[in-house]
Amino acid sequence: MTYTLAGTVDETMASTSDMLIIAMIVTYAAALFLFAIEAAYGKRTNLRAGKLMPVTVGSGKDAGAAGSGDDDLDIDVNVRTTEGEAQASQSNLGRVALGVTTLGFVMGVAQIVTRGLAAGRWPWGNMFEFIVALCLVAVGGLLYASFRYQARFLGAFVLVPVLLLLGIGVKWLYVDPGPLIPALHSYWVPIHVTATIIAGGAFMVSGVAGVTYLVSHRAEARRALGQKVAGIAGRLPSPELLDRISHRFILFAFPLWTFGIIAGSIWADEAWGRFWGWDPKEVWSFISWVIYAAYLHARATGGWRGPKATWINVLGFLTILFNFFAVNYMFSGLHSYA
Amino acid sequence: MSTTTTTDDDTGSGAGPGDGTGAGDREGGQPRGLGPLGWLRWAWRVLTSMRTALILLFLLAVGAIPGSILPQNVVSVDEVNTYVRENPELAPWLDRFYLFDVFSSPWYAAIYLLLFVSLAGCVFPRAVVHARAVRARPVHTPRNLGRMPYAATFTTGADPETVLGQARKVLKGYRIERYGDSLSSETGYLREAGNVLFHLALLGLLLALAAGSFFGYRGNMLLVEGDGFANTLPSYDAIYPGHWTDTDALEPFTLHLDDFEASFIEDGNLRGQAESYVAELIYKESPEAEEARHTLEVNHPLTVDGVQVYLLGHGYAPEFEVRNADGEVVFDQAVPFLFRETATFTSDGVVKVPDTGGEELGFVGVFLPSAAETPEGDLVSDFPGAENPRVTLEGYRGDLGMLDPQSVYQLQTSGMEELGSSPVLGIGDSWDLPDGAGSITFTGYSEYISLQTNRDGARVPALAAASLAVLGLVTTLFVRPRRVWVRATRGADGRTRVELSGLGKTEAAGNNAEFHELTTELAGRLRNDESDDNPRNPRSSTPSDPPESTTTRE
Repeated sequence: MTYTLAGTVDETMASTSDMLIIAMIVTYAAALFLFAIEAAYGKRTNLRAGKLMPVTVGSGKDAGAAGSGDDDLDIDVNVRTTEGEAQASQSNLGRVALGVTTLGFVMGVAQIVTRGLAAGRWPWGNMFEFIVALCLVAVGGLLYASFRYQARFLGAFVLVPVLLLLGIGVKWLYVDPGPLIPALHSYWVPIHVTATIIAGGAFMVSGVAGVTYLVSHRAEARRALGQKVAGIAGRLPSPELLDRISHRFILFAFPLWTFGIIAGSIWADEAWGRFWGWDPKEVWSFISWVIYAAYLHARATGGWRGPKATWINVLGFLTILFNFFAVNYMFSGLHSYA
Repeated sequence: MSTTTTTDDDTGSGAGPGDGTGAGDREGGQPRGLGPLGWLRWAWRVLTSMRTALILLFLLAVGAIPGSILPQNVVSVDEVNTYVRENPELAPWLDRFYLFDVFSSPWYAAIYLLLFVSLAGCVFPRAVVHARAVRARPVHTPRNLGRMPYAATFTTGADPETVLGQARKVLKGYRIERYGDSLSSETGYLREAGNVLFHLALLGLLLALAAGSFFGYRGNMLLVEGDGFANTLPSYDAIYPGHWTDTDALEPFTLHLDDFEASFIEDGNLRGQAESYVAELIYKESPEAEEARHTLEVNHPLTVDGVQVYLLGHGYAPEFEVRNADGEVVFDQAVPFLFRETATFTSDGVVKVPDTGGEELGFVGVFLPSAAETPEGDLVSDFPGAENPRVTLEGYRGDLGMLDPQSVYQLQTSGMEELGSSPVLGIGDSWDLPDGAGSITFTGYSEYISLQTNRDGARVPALAAASLAVLGLVTTLFVRPRRVWVRATRGADGRTRVELSGLGKTEAAGNNAEFHELTTELAGRLRNDESDDNPRNPRSSTPSDPPESTTTRE
C-alpha cells in the first residue's frame, strides 16, 4: 500500500479564486439593485422587435431606415395576433445593470478557471463548485436572453436566486480546492456534470421567467377586472412574451438534461456496475425529467396551457433544487458528495 | 387516478386496462346507450388522451418519491434491514405496499405500463397518419389567403408565371404543389417524425430494460490478495439472477487478484479521503484460454466474455495463525474484516477455527489500520491506511454451531465459553489462550476487494434507444412545421397581384418573421427581374425587419 501527499494546490490561484467570488457577488448585488430600479421606476415602452416578439410590427420606422431599398417594395402585411406590442419597463440604468452583470459574469468565469488551476482538475467536483457553475450558467442565460430577446427585464428576477444560491454556497458549502474522491476520476465529469450544470442553469432562468409570467398573468387578469396594478408587477412585459422566453429555455435545457442523464448512466455503468440503480440522485433526476416532460405535454394540451403549465415548470425547478440540496444531505446514496 | 371527461363520477377509475374486460358488468354507472364495445372505445379514448398521459406522468413522478426517501432493496438490502430493525411497527406496513421495492412493485408497474399503453395508443395512430401525410401532396390553396395568421400582398410588373417560378426558388426546402394560379407548400415534416421516433424509442428503452432484467444477473463477492475466483454459482457471496437466467451455465472465466493498492490523502483537512484504488487482476476467459492482465479501477471495469467486473470497495483481511493445545498449527489464513466506516477503516471480523483436534475455537476481532490513543486512553484508528495495524480479540471455546448455515461475519456464542480478551496485538504478536487452550498470532494482513459481476444484455440496446430518443426529442422540439401559399393573379391594371400567406402549425413566434422574410425576398427578386436589363444594382437580397403594418386583433 502506498500513500501520497495531498495533490498540490496552487495557493495563489486558490486565493485569487476566493477573492473573485466575493467580488462577483458584490457585482451581482449592484446589478440587481440597478435592475430593480429599472423594473420599478423605468418607463414602460416598446421593446425592439425580436425573435420572440409577437411579430410585428417592427418598432419605429425601421423599414425605411433599413436602407436596403425595401421601402419601395410597398408590401401590405396583415398579421393576426391577440397580443399588443411587447413592452417592458425600461431605463438607461438597465443598460448599466447589464454591463455590470457582464462584468460579474467575466469574474465568474475567471473564478472558475482559477479554481480549476488551483486544484489542477475540472472545477466542478463538489457542491460548492457545482452551485457556482450553475449560477454562472444562469447569468449567462440572462445575458443571452437580454441580447437576443431584449429580455433585460428578467435581470432583477434571475439575480435574486443567483445571489441566494451563491450566498448559500459561500457560507455553507465552501470547501478549499483539492483533489477528488476516486469515483470522480473520470472523463465523464466534464461530460455528465457539465451537461447537468448547463441544463440546470437554463431550467433556473426558465423557472424564474415562469414565476415572472405568473405575476404578470395575475396583473393582467386584475387589470382586466378594472383594478389598478401598482409597482413592478404592473410594469412587467406581457405574459405571452414571458411564457415564450420560459418555454424557449426549456426547449434548450430539456434535451440537454436528457443527455446528461444518459451520460450519467453510461458513467454509472462504468463506475458502479449498472447504468441505472435507483440511487436517490437518479430517482430525482428522473422525477425532474418526468415533470419537464409533463410541462411540454401540458403546453400541447387544451385547458393546461398558461398558468397551469407554468406551475409545472416552476415545480420542475424546485425538484432540481431538491435534488441538489436535499438528496445530497438527507439521503445516503452513491451521489452523496456533501 | 381520476378523469373528468364524463358525467358519472364513479367511472373515474375506468382508465385502467381491467375496465375493458369488466366493462360488461358495470351496469350501474354506465351512461345510457353505451354497450360493451362503446365502453371499450371510451376507455381506450380516455387512456390514450393527453390528459390521462399527463396524470400518469405525475403519478410516475410522485410514485418515485418514496423510492428515494425509504431505503430500497434494489439499492441496498442492508439499509432496508437496518430500517426494518429500527422501525418494527411501521416497516411491515410499508412492506405491504412494496415501499421497499417501489420500482419493482405492482402499483408502480401499473403506472408505467398504463403510461406506455397510453403512449403506444397515441403514438402508433399518429405514426400511421404521419406516414400518410409524408406521402401526400400539400393541401389545396385556400380561397381566402387574407385570413391566414400572416398575409402579405404586393403588386409587381412580372407576369404570374414568373412570380410563381421565383416563388419556387424562394421556398427552398418546402414541398411545393401547383394548384391553378397558386402554389401550396409545406415544410417541417420532421417534427412529427421526431415526435414519433422519441416515443417509440422510449418504448424500445422499456423493452430493453425488461429483457435485460429477465436474462441477466448480478453477483457480489470478496477477493483477498493472492486468491482466485471462478465464475460459478457457489463462488458468489450473493447473486441476483433474472427470471430466465440459466445459473448453471455462467460464463466460465476465472480471476486472480495479484495486488491491490489504495492511496489516501495524508495532509490537510482532506486527510483520510481516498485518492485512488487500483487492483491488478489476472484473468482467463475460460480454463483453456490465455492468461491476461487488467488494471481494475473504480471507473475502469473489466469486460470478460460479455460480463462486466467492477471494483466496488475494499477492506483489510488480517492474517492469523492458530495453534492448538499441542502447539500444532491448525489455522493459518487471512480473514476478511468488514469496515465500520471509510474514514478510519476500523474493521470487525470473526475467526472460526473448527478443527483444533480438541474444542472448537472462535474469536471476535477488531482491526485498527492506524491505531492511536485518544487523550482518554481509548485505542482508535485515525487513518484509513495501514500505518500502525493493531488487532484486539475476544476468544471463545466450545461449539461453533457450524452444522447450521451461518454468516462468516458472526459468531454464535450461545454454545461457547468465553476465554477473555487479548492484549493489543501488533504484527507478530501472539496471545496465549488461558487454560493452555492454544495460541493465536497476528501474522500480518492482506487487503481484499469487493467485486461485482454484471451481465446485462440491455446495456447496448438501452443506450441505442436512449440516443434515438434524444435525437427524436431535439428534432421535434426544434423543427417548425409550416405552410406557405403564394397566389399570383393579373389585375385589371395589367399588374400582377401577389399574395403570400403563412400558417405555422406550432405556436413558434418566429414563424411570422420568417414568412415576412420570404415575402421580401420574393418581392426583391421580382424587382430584380424587372430591372434585369439594367445592370446597375446587384442588390443584396437580405430582408429587412418587417415593415409597419396593420395589426388586427382576433
